[in-house]
Amino acid sequence: MDGIHDLGGVQGFGKVAHTINSDSYKPVFHEDWEHLGYSLTVVAGGLLGAYATDELRHAIERMSARQYFSAPYFDRIIVGTATLLVEKGLITQEELDEALGSHFQLAVPSNNGGRPAPANANSAPFEIGEQVEVRDEHVEGHIRVPGYCRGKRGIVLHRTTVSWPFPDTIGHGDKNAEHQPTYHVEFRAKELWGQGARDGSVVIDLFEGYLTRIDAEADQSDTQTPLTRA
Amino acid sequence: MTQSPDYTPANTPSARANALLKVMTDKGFVPEGFIQAFTQKMEVEWDPANGARVVARAWVDPEFRELLLRDGTAACEQFGYTGMQGEYIVALENTPTLQNVIVCSLCSCTAWPVLGLPPEWYKSFEFRARLVREGATVLRELGEDLDDDIVVKVWDTTAESRYMVLPVRPEGTDHMSEEELAALVTKDVLIGIARPRLTELASASQEG
Repeated sequence: MDGIHDLGGVQGFGKVAHTINSDSYKPVFHEDWEHLGYSLTVVAGGLLGAYATDELRHAIERMSARQYFSAPYFDRIIVGTATLLVEKGLITQEELDEALGSHFQLAVPSNNGGRPAPANANSAPFEIGEQVEVRDEHVEGHIRVPGYCRGKRGIVLHRTTVSWPFPDTIGHGDKNAEHQPTYHVEFRAKELWGQGARDGSVVIDLFEGYLTRIDAEADQSDTQTPLTRA
Repeated sequence: MTQSPDYTPANTPSARANALLKVMTDKGFVPEGFIQAFTQKMEVEWDPANGARVVARAWVDPEFRELLLRDGTAACEQFGYTGMQGEYIVALENTPTLQNVIVCSLCSCTAWPVLGLPPEWYKSFEFRARLVREGATVLRELGEDLDDDIVVKVWDTTAESRYMVLPVRPEGTDHMSEEELAALVTKDVLIGIARPRLTELASASQEG
C-alpha cells in the first residue's frame, strides 16, 4: 500500500538526532514499558502463532497516518499487536478499552485480502549481474517494495539461498503464500533520484515476484518512448 | 462515567502497553517468566560487541573473512550469534573507496544477534527517509565526513536478509590483539554510519 510508512526518499525531514559514536546504547530500553513492544509481539506472533511478521508489518502500516506519526516506535508495535489479536478473535476491543480505562485506538481494518505472487512470465530465476526492472505496481495491500524503486532498473548482486513466503500474500494471513528467494538489486543513485544525484547506489532486497527481466527488444522500445521513463 | 479524571489512567504509550499486557496475561497467553527472559536476551545477549568480535576475527583470519563474505550466517553461527533476526546474515565489505550503510526505510529491520536492537536514530523517520536519497549528506551531518572519492552504498533492508558492515581495518593496528581490534568496532561502525577510529579504543576502555 502507498502508506506513509514508505518513507524512503520522502523530503522535508530534518537532521537525524545522533552523532557518531556518542551513544553507548546502554540501557537498551529508555522507558520501562518499551520492552513490552517486542516481548508481547513475540508472544502473540511467535508463541501463539497468531500471525506472521509480515502481518504485523501490515497492521502497523494500516495505522492512520496521524496515529503512525505521533506514536513512538514501540507503541506502534503494541498497536499492531493488539490490532491483530482483535482481528484474529483472540482478544476484544472491549477488553482492551477496559484494561486501558479509555478507548484503545487500533489500526484501520484492511480493505483487501492481499494477492498471490505475480505469475512469472520471465523465466526466473534471475542471474547475478543481470539487469532487472521493478514492476511498476500500485498494490492495495501489504507489499515490500519501497515506492522509490518502482519501475526502476538495477543490477542483481545476489540471490538468496533461502526462500520466504511472498509478503503480499502472507501479510494478509494467507499461509498458502508462495515461497520465493529475494534478490539484492543495486540501483544507481541517478536512476533513482535523477541526474543531479551524487554518485552512489542503493541496494534493495526484492522478492522474485517484484522483478521483471529486461529483454533487448523491450529495452529498445522503451528508449524510444522517453515519456514513460521521464 | 462517574470516575474522577484523577483515577483514569492516561491513554499513553506506557498505559497502552500495560493494558495489552494485562489482557494477554488474563487470557493466559503469556508464559510465566517469558517476558523477563526475552527482555534479558534483548538487553544483554544481542549486543554490538558480538558483531565487533566477528569483524575482528575477519581482520586477523583470512579464511574466516572469506567465509563471512560468502556465508555470513555460517560465520556468525561459529560464535553462536544466530536465531531471531539472524537467520540470513550478509556481511558488506567496505573498501578504502566504498562505504556501505544499512537502513530499513519501511520499518526497522536489523540483525539483532550481531548488531543488537536498532537504535532510536536508526528507526527515526529522518534516517529512514533521507539515507537512501542523500546518504553522504546524512553521514556528514552525523559526523562522518567522507572524502569525495568514497562512494556510499546504501542497503535498504526490505526483505529478510540482515546486514552487517565489515569495515576496513584501520592503519596502525598491526600490533593489536583481536580483542583490542574488536573494541574499535562500535554499533555505528557495524551499521556503517562511521568508520573505525583508533581513538575509540581509548574511550571504550574508559567506559569498560
